[in-house]
Amino acid sequence: MPQVTLTVNGKSASVEVEARTLLVELLRESLRLTGTHVGCDTSQCGACVVHVDGKSVKSCTMLAVQADGCSVTTIEGLAAADGTLHPMQEMFREHHALQCGFCTPGMVMSAIDLVKSNPQGLTEEEIRHGLEGNLCRCTGYHNIVKAIAAAAPLMNATPAE
Amino acid sequence: MDAAFEGIGASVRRKEDLRFISGRGNYTDDINRPHQMHAFIKRSDRPHARIVRIDTAAAKAAPGVVAVFTGADLAAIGGLPCGWQIHSKDGTPMVEPKHPVLAEGKVRHVGDPIAVVIAETRQQAKDAAELLDIELADLPSIAGVTDAVAPSAPLVHDEAAGNQCYDWHIGDKDAVDAAFAQAAHVVKLDLTNNRLVPNAMEPRAALGDFDPSTGDYTLFTTSQNPHVIRLLMGAFVLGLPEHKLRVVAPDVGGGFGSKIYHYAEEAIVTWAAGQVKRPVKWTAERNESFVSDAHGRDHVSTAEMALDPQGKFLALRVHTLCNMGAYLSTFAPAVPTYLYATLLAGTYTTPAIYVEVKAVFTNTVPVDAYRGAGRPEATFLLERLVDTIAHDTGLDRVEIRRRNFIPRDAFPYQTPVALQYDSGDYVATLETALKAADWAGFPARRAAAAAKGRLRGIGISTYLEACGIAPSAVVGSLGARAGLYEVANIRVHPTGSVSVFTGTHSHGQGHETTLAQLVCDQLGVALKDVDVVHGDTARIPFGMGTYGSRSLAVGGSAMVKAMDKIIAKGKKIAAHLLEASADDIEFKDGKFTVAGTDKVKTLGEVALTAYVPHNYPIDEIEPGLDETAFYDPKNFTYPGGCHVCEVEIDPETGVTRVVNFTAVDDVGRVVNPMIVEGQVQGGVAQGIGQALLENAVYDKDGQLLSGSFMDYTMPRADDLPNFTVATENTMCTHNPLGSKGCGEVGAIGSPPAVINAVVDALRDYGVRHLDMPASPQKIWSIINAGRLPVAAE
Repeated sequence: MPQVTLTVNGKSASVEVEARTLLVELLRESLRLTGTHVGCDTSQCGACVVHVDGKSVKSCTMLAVQADGCSVTTIEGLAAADGTLHPMQEMFREHHALQCGFCTPGMVMSAIDLVKSNPQGLTEEEIRHGLEGNLCRCTGYHNIVKAIAAAAPLMNATPAE
Repeated sequence: MDAAFEGIGASVRRKEDLRFISGRGNYTDDINRPHQMHAFIKRSDRPHARIVRIDTAAAKAAPGVVAVFTGADLAAIGGLPCGWQIHSKDGTPMVEPKHPVLAEGKVRHVGDPIAVVIAETRQQAKDAAELLDIELADLPSIAGVTDAVAPSAPLVHDEAAGNQCYDWHIGDKDAVDAAFAQAAHVVKLDLTNNRLVPNAMEPRAALGDFDPSTGDYTLFTTSQNPHVIRLLMGAFVLGLPEHKLRVVAPDVGGGFGSKIYHYAEEAIVTWAAGQVKRPVKWTAERNESFVSDAHGRDHVSTAEMALDPQGKFLALRVHTLCNMGAYLSTFAPAVPTYLYATLLAGTYTTPAIYVEVKAVFTNTVPVDAYRGAGRPEATFLLERLVDTIAHDTGLDRVEIRRRNFIPRDAFPYQTPVALQYDSGDYVATLETALKAADWAGFPARRAAAAAKGRLRGIGISTYLEACGIAPSAVVGSLGARAGLYEVANIRVHPTGSVSVFTGTHSHGQGHETTLAQLVCDQLGVALKDVDVVHGDTARIPFGMGTYGSRSLAVGGSAMVKAMDKIIAKGKKIAAHLLEASADDIEFKDGKFTVAGTDKVKTLGEVALTAYVPHNYPIDEIEPGLDETAFYDPKNFTYPGGCHVCEVEIDPETGVTRVVNFTAVDDVGRVVNPMIVEGQVQGGVAQGIGQALLENAVYDKDGQLLSGSFMDYTMPRADDLPNFTVATENTMCTHNPLGSKGCGEVGAIGSPPAVINAVVDALRDYGVRHLDMPASPQKIWSIINAGRLPVAAE
């Protein structure tokens, strides 16, 4: 079985997996990082979004072997070592942008990449468009959009993750 | 500003959020037990077939496989029970065919489970399932209710002639017939309520565990009501007594009704864990969710209103065919009867109502309660009918509603269809909504849109619902096989912190915050010192779970009752410590005071004394400060309100955009306004989803065509606008909190508001009615039907 060596949340990991293993399976099952969720089988819902080398990726759509040598950040790796939350996490809580919490990790990871990819700022319409790959069944998105709009200036004012 | 205020009315941020935003939630699929195995369920890909043969030999021999079970192996265990019995008009009980855990003899819908493969890994189980040799002989099948009642229709169950489950009615037929005979106008409307897939973001999962040393079973499951699952599965399916079965519903990622029911997979993993003596886990793939989670809605109705010359409603006559699917899900029979027909008075004084409901079996996934459950169907029918009355008679849409509203001084109001509303003010919610939505300014916005080539419409819905489910004696008399009270245990610890053990379950509603706020308010304890425990039959005395917007109105009321007991006992302890009479002790803000003096003992001091009873009235009262209350509601609660929707249609594409949405709801006492607003926003999004996007489409034989997120149009962020959400509350008169419930109002009030707006936008095209979803294709076809607008402005 192939050996996959990667950095996850700043720590090196080396795991033997079946070649067909998905990145999300490696994270959830081999590394027990269960903050990344699986909500569909068709790359539609975005509950599994993580960052691979700084870009958001649906980890149900990437083979674990494709992440060999990569640096992966999951929801568990967002907060600072002292526990200080990432501004996006803070704003999700502040603006009641989550209810059941299941889509939240993927939503937060997508939102961070969206903001980072648009340093010039984002309109509400652009935020909504940018969230097309993430489904939420609880919130109606209203408060998620508000949280991202509020987090963007905070992120741009603080050093990158 | 009082920064510390955390009680009733404070928008405190949610206690549960920290774990969810940090990836530390604990959902069922996140739980792993030592030596755990994985189950994969082989399901039918045919809508209706006879099982000719199942050969499991190759699957059993596959790598990692420990066991393969089929219906024959489970023949000794019971079928999945139905929790509500309806009787037909003629007094006969509904037809209630066995719902086997694994198919026995026949499969009756795509997704019907046939066999389970248990292996060391999920992939091994899945691979081995490919090796099952299953021979099915197709049988004729039907999917739609109209086809199901046709004389020549194939039968889903041999014992259900005409595919009928029940043929039920409510109301005074003679009075209705007489009113129709006298009516100045009669307006009739045929409409369907589209079938939906609930699609909570967390797929269902179940993990069964068996302890050979004690014989105890544990089931971790994605449930809205673990005690109900323990009762149904333990007593009716597996024959396990409650004390040997623990059911845990940990963090649950959304439910919307679909996680109320007892599902086959829960019984399979629990039973299988006992067979293989190892934990067994099953997690649905999304494609399985589509064909195994109970669906919602699916009604075909005819509605007729008799009117006097002034547009007053004289009588309402409704006939509804509703789809039960292939088997009866746990609460399915109640949805189109007591949660639907009884709601058809709505906000109006219609004096005579007669409703016939025929429930039919089809070769489709079982249908049960989905957010709103019956009440969205009733509201859609009624509010579309009212707009159609306006269309046909030329009366103004708002005026006709005002003329027929139950006046604010008419409460308690007895409807002709069983319910007695305790409170409400439909004029108040209407006025606030019209103002917030700038109803009066709409013609200018319509004209501006027209100048850009867009069709703009505005729609209104004035709705009422019944929730806070439910008085046990009442529902028992209507066929419920359970009581619907709620239970709370309040444990004041020796140092004064508090644990709340509630029988309700939070799967997104924020109970860990809202219910803790009740403790802040009543016992004067800081929010950080209160923990709400839910979802574990081993920790919570009992409970009926969360659905029907009942957690605060019923579960919160049980907490109030338990806290009353805490205070009463605390007064006796404080009286002893303060050398006063208990009658003279007052309790406020966490302090027991001798009335009119500065003699005081805090709740913490009293609690410590209760647990360290050295100086204690031990002959009079027991040590400890731990009280349990069961609360059985006296009535349903009756939220209501007004939703206004404004849409713009692009005639080139047929795409409808919701440009404004205003919801003004009466939910009674609000504990956390932020959470209430979030609940309404989420409900409205699901309502807009139903109205414009979502549709569970079966072909005529019963193949689900919209079986993934690629095909079933879930609302996405860019499909929805910002919502304007407000409340205009009257208090519930029969529970101690005055709360009515807010979980379902958004999904109940919104669909007709959206369709009324779409029909309004298309009024120049002669459109009288449009069924949901108002898809671009449907609208484009209307606009491009080769005829000019009938009355250009």
